Amino acid sequence: MLDTPVTGPIKGPEGPDHHQDHHHVSPTPIGFWLYLMSDCIIFGTLFATYAVLGGNYAGGPGPKDLFEPSLVLWETALLLISSITFGVAMLNATAHKLGGTIMWLIITLAFGLGFLGIELYEFHHFISIGAGPDRSAFLSAFFLLVGTHGLHVTFGSIWLITLVFQLRKHGLIEANMRRLSTLSMFWHFLDLIWIGVFSFVYLVRLV
Amino acid sequence: MAEHSSHSHGSMGQLMIGFVLAVILSIIPFYLVMADVDMSRTTIVGIIMGLGAVQIIVHLVYFLHVNRSVEEGWTLAATVLAVIILVIVLAGSLWVMHNMNENMQPMPTQEQMMEMMNLQNQQG
Repeated sequence: MLDTPVTGPIKGPEGPDHHQDHHHVSPTPIGFWLYLMSDCIIFGTLFATYAVLGGNYAGGPGPKDLFEPSLVLWETALLLISSITFGVAMLNATAHKLGGTIMWLIITLAFGLGFLGIELYEFHHFISIGAGPDRSAFLSAFFLLVGTHGLHVTFGSIWLITLVFQLRKHGLIEANMRRLSTLSMFWHFLDLIWIGVFSFVYLVRLV
Repeated sequence: MAEHSSHSHGSMGQLMIGFVLAVILSIIPFYLVMADVDMSRTTIVGIIMGLGAVQIIVHLVYFLHVNRSVEEGWTLAATVLAVIILVIVLAGSLWVMHNMNENMQPMPTQEQMMEMMNLQNQQG
C-alpha cells in the first residue's frame, strides 16, 4: 500500500488510509440504487396513468369482468418466494458457497418464470376475449403498467441466466459478487413494485 | 469485509422476518377481496392501500436494507427524493383529473345534439 514504511498506527483524517476507510472503491451500489429510484418514478407515472384512466371502459369489459384474484394470488406468492430464494442465494454467496449460490439462483429463476407464465396466460386470455390493450383506456393503462413490470422480470430472468453462466465459469470473484448484489437489489425491487400492482391495479378494483 | 457484507445483504433471520411479515400483509388484502367480507367499500380500499404501504416499507427494510448507515445515508436520501417525486406525480395527476371530470359538461346524447342543431338552424 505505502511506498515508505510507517512506524506506528495511522489514525485520524491525516492518515493515508483515510480515503479507503470512508469511501467505496466501487460506485456501483449507490449508482444502481439511483437507477432503481428513476425506475421507481417511471412506474409511478404509469400508476398515475392507471389511476386517472382506469375507470374509462369505453363500453368494454371492466376489472370485475376480467380480473381473477386467485391468479393474482398465485403470481404474488411466486414472486415473493423468488425474492426469498434470491436472498438465500446471496447468503450462500457471502458464505463463499458456489454450488449453493448457483442452485438457489436456478430455483429463483424457476419461480420467476412461473410468475411470467401466469402473466402471459392472463394477457393472452384477455386479448383472446377481445379485451386487448386497444379496447379501452382502462385496458391500455393496465397492459402498459403490468406489461412494463413483466418486461422487467423478463430482463431480470435473462440477467439471472447470464449470471449463472458467469458464476460457473469464473466462480465467486469480486466482479460476480458485484453483479449478484446489483441483481439482488433489482429482483427485490420488482417484488416491491408488484405490491403496488396487486393492491392498486387488481384488488382495489375488485372491491 | 465479512462484517460489511453480512450487514448489507442481511442475515437468514432478517430474511425470514421479512418473509413472514410479507405473507401476513399479502394474505389479509386477498382475503378481504376473495371472501366477500361485510365491510364498506371505503374501509376495504383503505385497508388494502394501508397494508400495501406497510409491506413496501417491510421490503425496503428487510430485503433491500435501506437505512441511514448504508452508503453514508445516500441510499436513504435518494429513496426519500423518489418518494417525494412519486407523491407529487400521483397526487397532482389525481387532483387535476378529478377537477377536470368534476367541471366538464356532461356529454349530450345524439338526440340532444340534433335538437340543438335544429334550434340553431331555426334561429339562424
